[in-house]
Amino acid sequence: MMLGKTAGGLFWMCRYLERSANNARLIEAGSRMTMTRSMADDAEWESVLSTANVKELFLEKHDHVKRADVIDYILRDRSNPSSVMSVVESARNNARMVRVALTREVWEAVNDTWMRLKEALERPVSDADLPKVLELIRQQSAQVRGALQGTMLRNDIFNFCGIGTFAERADNVARILDVKYFVLLPSVSMVGSTIDNFQWEAILRSAAAERSFAWLNKESGPRAIAEFLILDQRLPRSIAFCYTNLSRNLGYLEEEYGETLPSREMCEATLRRLTSTDVETIFDGGLHEFIQSILQSNNALGLQIEKDYRFYA
Amino acid sequence: MSKDNLPFDEMFGTGDEPREPYKSYHKWFEGEQNARLRRKAEEAEQAFRRTGITFNVYGREEANERLIPFDIVPHVLSNREWKKLSEGIEQRVRALNAFLHDIYHRQEILKAGRIPAHMISNNEAYLPKMIGVEPPGSIYTHIVGTDIVRTGEDEFFVLEDNARTPSGVSYMLENRETMFEMFPELFIQNRVCPVSTYPKRLRRSLAACAPPACDGKPVIAVLTPGIHNSAYFEHAFLADEMGAELVEGHDLRVVNGRVAMRTTQGYTPVDVLYRRVDDAFLDPLNFNPESMLGVPGILDVYRAGGITIANAPGTGISDDKAIYSYMPDIVEFYTGEKAKLPNVPTWRCSEPDSLAYVLDNLSELVVKEVHGSGGYGMLVGPAASRKEIADFRAKLEAKPDGYIAQPTLALSTVPIFTNKGLAPRHVDLRPFVLVSPNGIDITPGGLTRVALKKGSLVVNSSQGGGTKDTWVLES
Repeated sequence: MMLGKTAGGLFWMCRYLERSANNARLIEAGSRMTMTRSMADDAEWESVLSTANVKELFLEKHDHVKRADVIDYILRDRSNPSSVMSVVESARNNARMVRVALTREVWEAVNDTWMRLKEALERPVSDADLPKVLELIRQQSAQVRGALQGTMLRNDIFNFCGIGTFAERADNVARILDVKYFVLLPSVSMVGSTIDNFQWEAILRSAAAERSFAWLNKESGPRAIAEFLILDQRLPRSIAFCYTNLSRNLGYLEEEYGETLPSREMCEATLRRLTSTDVETIFDGGLHEFIQSILQSNNALGLQIEKDYRFYA
Repeated sequence: MSKDNLPFDEMFGTGDEPREPYKSYHKWFEGEQNARLRRKAEEAEQAFRRTGITFNVYGREEANERLIPFDIVPHVLSNREWKKLSEGIEQRVRALNAFLHDIYHRQEILKAGRIPAHMISNNEAYLPKMIGVEPPGSIYTHIVGTDIVRTGEDEFFVLEDNARTPSGVSYMLENRETMFEMFPELFIQNRVCPVSTYPKRLRRSLAACAPPACDGKPVIAVLTPGIHNSAYFEHAFLADEMGAELVEGHDLRVVNGRVAMRTTQGYTPVDVLYRRVDDAFLDPLNFNPESMLGVPGILDVYRAGGITIANAPGTGISDDKAIYSYMPDIVEFYTGEKAKLPNVPTWRCSEPDSLAYVLDNLSELVVKEVHGSGGYGMLVGPAASRKEIADFRAKLEAKPDGYIAQPTLALSTVPIFTNKGLAPRHVDLRPFVLVSPNGIDITPGGLTRVALKKGSLVVNSSQGGGTKDTWVLES
């Protein structure tokens, strides 16, 4: 048993930390596209904004989608509640709020992340510094994850952290596929063209899955990529992996608290959909529709967890 | 005061040789390289930043999280000095509790004419809703931080009682931990009384004050205004160290006649609430209706014996600086003894003769608001410009009963470590006192605050002061 507010604080702390690393990865994938293609493509940066779910907010502030503006908006702009700086600050505020539920190591890792990123993101990041800054974000995120894994008691506290992490990650991966689904569709006739290869690589890169995909030695193609990111239980960023873990975390709470709650049922339903299907069935029914419905259930799951565990009064 | 009109220095006294309690430390210091100590001081600062021991300064959005500077030279007290202080503090805290009980019950002290009745009845900090209420264990001031200043070898004064919600105890604990890390050898060479037991003692003391409604092991929670409060770090720190829940007002609500906290499995009653929220914000139904920080109806639960609130509502009146001026009478009235620790002489500006004297001598006096704290809204005459004095005169004349005045004391100094070696700076000391039906428990040590600017007498952290580790020697 713990305070509902504390459970909520842990959930959001981990969601925000996960989001900071995901955002950095989106920028990284976008930058790579810009560098490896002969022409900078504004559409590419637009899809980065969509994936980060901030396109509309961005367009309220900027008339055009320009690379430098997008990078600044996603990394440092405090008016963007999902910018790396904003989410790291929110993560730290949540960590401060739940300080009594964290080990010293975890708190110091989060605090250190905030201090370093505040410094690194104080001024606009130049093209020359961008790789270093992105690496820093990645490293800091690994540092927090390491402290969580290495020092936290495996009780309800740890499980709420897991729920936040995997709910955010599932959302992130689904969104990458949602924005890019058209390049994975067979109807696009340029299969095998250079453009497609770059697009596929960008998708994998955004999910930090390009190396592991290569290890599989599968033939690169839309179905293989979709299957990998949606269904492969071995990939720590696949939607199925996220849901297996969400199910485990919620299962722990169910046992610990001796109560079956609606959120667990919702999670199991989504997990069943992921484990009882294959990529052919998904494509037959429509990739876009499938992803859309996953995004919706994931969102609904978050809201139900919030209710079931009394995050708010 | 020493012969040259210099303030009393606690390390060197009036001579060049270190005083007894500092002999061993001084010898160690002489053998150290300045460069190494400088490096250590920088390490300490980094450690504080990493652990997030920061405080927020009200009204300053920009720098809203700052470190309180830490000085590596300890403030050392001999066991004899500590004994004298702790006996005086204990007597005073006992009297304070008796006084609070009296003014909310029979009001004997008013009937005896030792304090004018209007000082109580017209006081904003006096809560009529507490009249006739019996706090669990009859304790009003569970946690007190008595501010002590020194002017000579044997001259100690109580500057403030801080019986409402004293802060700073986390610095007492973290400063010692930092010293352990930086200079372990010092604690092998010197027998210093430990302070690390404080959180356990606090827990024990609060548990001993559980309300009648508590059955079984008391559930303790710390009530904080939230992460933006200047002392949030301390609230979280204490909850963590005590193994208590850290709650905000919106985590609590009255359920079945108890104050309960919202958990992942529903509402669970709280027995003892260590609140770090002022009276006015505690209960929007009974006090300030605008408050978002409190719990609607908590006072009614309290009056019915459903919860212990530490410190008790209405305790704030004893922090009033006009009431302070009566403390020698209060101690005598309730203990039958003379106060062992004297007050700083205090002029009540509400009295015409005193006001006239104060107005004539503004440039030599310290003038404080009776309800003020944290070093805000006060005038330090000798350090003030003509304009500041003139401005303050106007405020004082407009509302004389809002102020008291005190002589500018030559506060003792303890050296700090600077780039040029040791340099004397003014200090004060806040020991922390726990009160329960089992007795009064004072942790040997406290928070030493130090004015970092040469000659400055203002030690408040909100005004640029720093802190030191405080050593009470075991023998």
